[in-house]
Amino acid sequence: MAGQEQKRPQRREDEDTPAPEAPAVQQQDTERSAEVDDLLDEIDGVLETNAEEFVHGFVQKGGQ
Amino acid sequence: MTVRRVIGTETEYGVTRPGDPRANPVGLSGLVVRAYATGEGPTRALPTGSGWDYADETPLRDARGFEMARALADLSQLTDVDDPTTANSVLSNGARLYVDHAHPEYSSPEVLSPRDAVTWDRAGDEVMLRALAHLAEQGDQLRLYKNNVDGKGASYGTHENYLVPREVPFLSIAAGLVPFFVARQVLVGAGRVGLGQFSEQPGFQISQRADYIETDIGLETTLKRPIVNTRDEPHATGAKYRRLHIIVGDATLCDVGTLLRLGTTSLVLGLIEAGRSPGLELADPVAAIRAISHDPTLRATVDLVDGRQLTALEILAVYREAIQDHLGPAVDADTREVLEHWDSVAADLATDPSRCVGRVDWVTKQALLEGYRRRDGMEWGDPRLTAIDIQWSDLDPSRGLAARMRASGRLVSLVTPEEVAEAVIRPPQETRAWFRGECISRFAGSVRAASWDSVVFEPARGTKGLRRVQMPEPLKGSMEDIGPLLESVTDVDDLLGHLVAGED
Repeated sequence: MAGQEQKRPQRREDEDTPAPEAPAVQQQDTERSAEVDDLLDEIDGVLETNAEEFVHGFVQKGGQ
Repeated sequence: MTVRRVIGTETEYGVTRPGDPRANPVGLSGLVVRAYATGEGPTRALPTGSGWDYADETPLRDARGFEMARALADLSQLTDVDDPTTANSVLSNGARLYVDHAHPEYSSPEVLSPRDAVTWDRAGDEVMLRALAHLAEQGDQLRLYKNNVDGKGASYGTHENYLVPREVPFLSIAAGLVPFFVARQVLVGAGRVGLGQFSEQPGFQISQRADYIETDIGLETTLKRPIVNTRDEPHATGAKYRRLHIIVGDATLCDVGTLLRLGTTSLVLGLIEAGRSPGLELADPVAAIRAISHDPTLRATVDLVDGRQLTALEILAVYREAIQDHLGPAVDADTREVLEHWDSVAADLATDPSRCVGRVDWVTKQALLEGYRRRDGMEWGDPRLTAIDIQWSDLDPSRGLAARMRASGRLVSLVTPEEVAEAVIRPPQETRAWFRGECISRFAGSVRAASWDSVVFEPARGTKGLRRVQMPEPLKGSMEDIGPLLESVTDVDDLLGHLVAGED
């Protein structure tokens, strides 16, 4: 289903994929995950505690 | 070619009062608008109720050359009837603040550069926060959201306006814009949890608006929403100008997203005006806008009538190349800034979209959501992810997730908080918005009403008739144009005397 696929970058078939690059890419991914985890830790405390009720209560009228 | 032209944004904010789900949203919106006007006072905002000069509005005129019979129009299309129950104000920064349908709306003043559009768009968020602060002082806690869907069937707009020469045929504008808008979302979409108008299917998509777009070209904005809107209210000399009213876009919280939304579109309009539109034609634009939105991997292709199948990035590259060919030797700084961001975002989206965190809204939101999915094992149908999607756009700097990311330096800022604070109060200098805004701050009490192309003065209350100053030329009334006169006059009578004496 759309949105459920992995968002990993897709290499084009005509591109070479040199092996030495792989560890660097992996390290970059790990660093990014760590950055996202820092962010999650930071916002955990402000997230709505009752998500279901919050979502249920967010009802708007249509506009333009 | 230049990115510079008269442009502006309009934002309808989502509004709630926590714990009071039955609160009338029209009433809440009115509270927000009145709170700003009364809380900031007449030198910052015209008193609501007196605020808008409706003389010029023609919402039912259609760009294809006919006028819709009023009796046939859906009631919600009528915005030119002054309703005393709805609040309406014009601000000292040249913006309009009012209740549109069931949302508080900030319509930015006219600006000339995408960078200024970012500044005065952000100023709108700040105006809303000040309104909320005034309400909180009275014990009323409301929340405002800069998004476009409630996930339960309702959508509300973030519009863009572009001034184009009247002589450019509307159908050539529409033909050039439709494929571009179908693809543009990958640069500037806001991201959304849920697929379908009622979030019938779980998942994540690139655009807030795509599922609510139902036709390619049309007049309506509240139902059967089109990719290219034909509303023809120039708010300027109609013989010379057309104001393109674009409703297909999302509200963006990343500065780069807002810059690219306005900037890339202005450049594509430049191509169309020069007769250099690349001539792509999609087989089914409505299906295409949804297919692209529903595929955050960016691999979805859409069919062209000539049989080709292109991805959104490939369509954008065709436009980008045509712009490069037509650019000419002298490229101004505003144009260069937009092109540099366009090129770097497009290149990063093609290789590794996660590099666009902080610049592209949907990528940034997706990184956050994927983080929770990975760490806490959430499925797309989990209400916690939907809650994060909504909370992303909460304007409040302590609760709003985008606002928090901006405060911690995780969103790329193109303008400083000081520039935004200044833009809450002062108008942009390069258009007639300067005259409009300065009249409000300088002649508070003597301005009876205003609109995009007029300021109505009441020189001495009760003794003289109202005097309307028409501003049909959006570039006249700039600081350079009329600053010395405003500095030299002693009062409104003096100003009007000079304006009448100076008329052609």
